Amino acid sequence: MLTALLVMTAVALVLGALLGYASLKFKVEGDPLVEKIDAILPQTQCGQCGFPGCRPYATAIASGEADINQCPPGGEEGIRKLADLLGREFKSLSEEHGVEKPKSVAVIDENTCIGCTLCIQACPVDAIVGAAKQLHTVVAGECTGCELCVAPCPVDCIAMEPITETVDTWKWRYPVIQIKQAA
Amino acid sequence: MLRKLFKFHGGVKPQTHKAESTTQPIARVPLPERLVIPLHQAVGGHPRPLVAPGDKVFKGQRIGGADGSLSSAVHASTSGIVRDVAPALMPHTSGLTTLSVIIEPDGEDRWGELDKVNYRTTPPDELRDFLRDAGVVGLGGAVFPSYAKLKPGKEGRLKTLVINGAECEPFITCDDLLMRERADDMLKGIVAMRHMLQAEEVLIGIEDNKPEAVAAVQAAIAASGQSGIQAVAIPTRYPAGGAKQLIRVLTGIEVPHGRRSTDFGVQCFNVGTAYSIYEALEFGRPLISRVVTVAGNVDQPRNYEVLIGTPMDHVVRLSGARPDTDRYIMGGPMMGVRLPAFDVPVVKATNCILVGSPALFPPPPPEMPCIRCGECAKACPADLAPFEMYWFSRSKNFGKAQEYHLFDCIECGCCSFVCPSHIPLVDYFRFSKSEIWARERDKSSSDAARDRFEFKNFRQEREKQEKAEKLAAKAAATREKVAADNQAGTASPAAEAPDTAKPAAPSAEDTKRALIAAAMEKARQQKAQVAPKNTEQLSAETQADIDAIEARRAASAATPPTPDA
Repeated sequence: MLTALLVMTAVALVLGALLGYASLKFKVEGDPLVEKIDAILPQTQCGQCGFPGCRPYATAIASGEADINQCPPGGEEGIRKLADLLGREFKSLSEEHGVEKPKSVAVIDENTCIGCTLCIQACPVDAIVGAAKQLHTVVAGECTGCELCVAPCPVDCIAMEPITETVDTWKWRYPVIQIKQAA
Repeated sequence: MLRKLFKFHGGVKPQTHKAESTTQPIARVPLPERLVIPLHQAVGGHPRPLVAPGDKVFKGQRIGGADGSLSSAVHASTSGIVRDVAPALMPHTSGLTTLSVIIEPDGEDRWGELDKVNYRTTPPDELRDFLRDAGVVGLGGAVFPSYAKLKPGKEGRLKTLVINGAECEPFITCDDLLMRERADDMLKGIVAMRHMLQAEEVLIGIEDNKPEAVAAVQAAIAASGQSGIQAVAIPTRYPAGGAKQLIRVLTGIEVPHGRRSTDFGVQCFNVGTAYSIYEALEFGRPLISRVVTVAGNVDQPRNYEVLIGTPMDHVVRLSGARPDTDRYIMGGPMMGVRLPAFDVPVVKATNCILVGSPALFPPPPPEMPCIRCGECAKACPADLAPFEMYWFSRSKNFGKAQEYHLFDCIECGCCSFVCPSHIPLVDYFRFSKSEIWARERDKSSSDAARDRFEFKNFRQEREKQEKAEKLAAKAAATREKVAADNQAGTASPAAEAPDTAKPAAPSAEDTKRALIAAAMEKARQQKAQVAPKNTEQLSAETQADIDAIEARRAASAATPPTPDA
C-alpha cells in the first residue's frame, strides 16, 4: 500500500517536473489567437471598427471586448472566416461601423493640392509621398483604401476611386450550374 | 533510324479536322484599314508605349518597349500613321480592354532600318536582349518570351532541345503548313537556338498525321548536313503537343511537380518560334506576323500569314464565313477561348481563328451530377484526379483543390471531353486558379500593409523617443554649463544659502535667467556666423553707408531696452 503511494507520488512528481520544464521551454510568446485573427483581417488599418488599426481590433476580439462584425472592409466573407475560427455564430455587418464598399485607392488632385502634409501624417501605411509645400502623391500599390487621408485634407483634393478590373486581375466566373425545374 | 518512343498517361483522340485547311498553301492577307496592336501580348510586364498619336511609323519599328522582367517588345506590323494610343478590346474571354496602338496603314508597307546580329559572334546576353527587343515569344500559344528560355542550364549545356511540331489540337494546321513550306528557314532558326543553348541533340517532334511535314523537315535536315538533329514522327494522341507530354514521348523524362524540364537538361520550343528567331537573327525582322489557321464554319478553311493587329473578321472574310456564324474561338475546340467580338485583333498568341456556329458546336448538354466514374482521371495527361479537384473547386475549398495539384493542370480539356456527365471541368479549374491567384494577391498586399503599418508605428515611437532624448541631453548640457558658470563667477547666493525651501525659488529663477542668456548668446553667435559675405569688394560710397549703419546699430546695442524688473 505504502509502496504504491510512494510510486504514484514519485511518478506524479517526475511528470509534473517534465510538464513544468516543457511549459518554460516551449513558452508561446504573445497570444497565438491574436495572430490568427489578425491574419484574417484585411489590414486596411482604417479604424472603422473603433480601434486604432487591425491588430488592436484583433486583440480586442481575442479578449472578448469587441464583436466580430465591426470590420466593413473585411466584409461578409471576413466575418464568416472569423466566425469559423472562433466557433461563433455568423452575424451581419454592424451598421454603425459602416458598409462594405468596393476596394478603392485614394487619388490626389494635383491641381488643388497645396502641400500641407496633413494627409501624409494621416496615412497609416506611409503610402503618400511629398514634403511641405510640395505636391503630394499616393503610391497606388501601397494604398489600402482606408479613406483616413480624405477628412484631414483642407482643400478636399483627395478622391477615392474604385479599382477597376484589368486583364491581369480578371477572374474566371463560377461555372453556371443549371437547375432543372421540378416536374 | 528508329528511336524508342515513350507514352504519356491518358490523352484522347478527338476528330482532327485537319485535312480541310491543308489543301492550299499559306496565303497573304491584304492590308486592313486599321491595325490594332495591343501592347500587352505576352506574359510578363506591360510594355510601355514608345509612340504618340500622329507619329509616322515604319514596318518593324518598335512601338512598345519591354518593361520589367519577362516583358517583350511590340512592333508596328506595317508602315503608317499612329492614330491613337488608347485602350481597345483585346482577344480575351473577359471582354476587357488593354492599351493598344492603333495604326492606319499608308499602303507602302515600308521597312524601317533594321539591326542585324551574327549569333555566332555576339555574346549570349546581348543576343537575348536582341531577341527581347525583337519581340520573339513562344508561338505555341503560351506566348512566353523566348529570350528568357534561351539560357543554358546550370551546367552551361543542355542535353536535348525539343522542337514542338506536334500540333495536336483539332482544326489547327498553322505549324503543319509552316513546316511544309518553310522547313529550311525554320531549321536555320533551330540551329541558332541550339548554338545558344549548347544543346547536344535536337529532336523535332511531329505527330504522324502530318507525313508531309515530317518529310519536309527530314529533307531540310538532310540538305543542311547538320548532325544530331532528328525529326521524329510521334503517335497522334491529344495532347501530345503539351510541352511536358512531348518531352515524355521523346525522351522518356517525366518532369515532376514543381520542377522544370531544364532541371533535366531539356528545353522545348515551338516550330513557329524557331522560324521567327530565324527571321529576327537573319534579317533583323521583329515578330510582326504569324501563320494563322482559319477553320470551322467557313467555305474555304486555310492558313494565312497575318500581320499582328489585323482585325479577325478581316481575315475570316477571305475564307468566307457562313451566315450562321455566331462566335469566334481563339485556339482550337479543346483549349480555345471564346472571343467577345468579331473585330478583335490577331495577336502573337493567335494560332487559329475557329469560326463557330450553333450547328458546328452545339451547346453542351446539361451538366449532370458527378458519378465518380474516374474516366477523367484515366484521360488526364498530367496524372491528376480531376473529379477530386472538381469537387473542391465546386465547393470553393481552394486549399484542398491545391492539395490535389490543381496548378499542374494544363487545361487541355481531356477530362471535360470524356466526362459522361458533361461537366465543364476545365471551367471549374480555371475558376479555381484565378480565384486562388486573386487571394494570393490580396494576401500579399495585406501582408505588405501590415508591415508598413507596424513600421510606421515603430518609426513614430522612435522619433518621439529620439526627440525626447535629444531635448533631455541638451537641457542637461546647458544646465551643467550654467551651473559651472555660476560657480566660477559670482558666488551664487543660492549655493551658499541654507538648505531650505525659500532660497530654492530664486535659484531656479537664476538658472532660468542664465539659460535664457545662454540661448541669446548662442543665437547671437549663430547670427554672426551666417553674416553675409558680400561686403568684401565695395565702392567707397557703399562702404561709407555701411559704416554709418553699423555705427547706428552699435549705438543702439550699447543702450539696450531695459528689461522688466
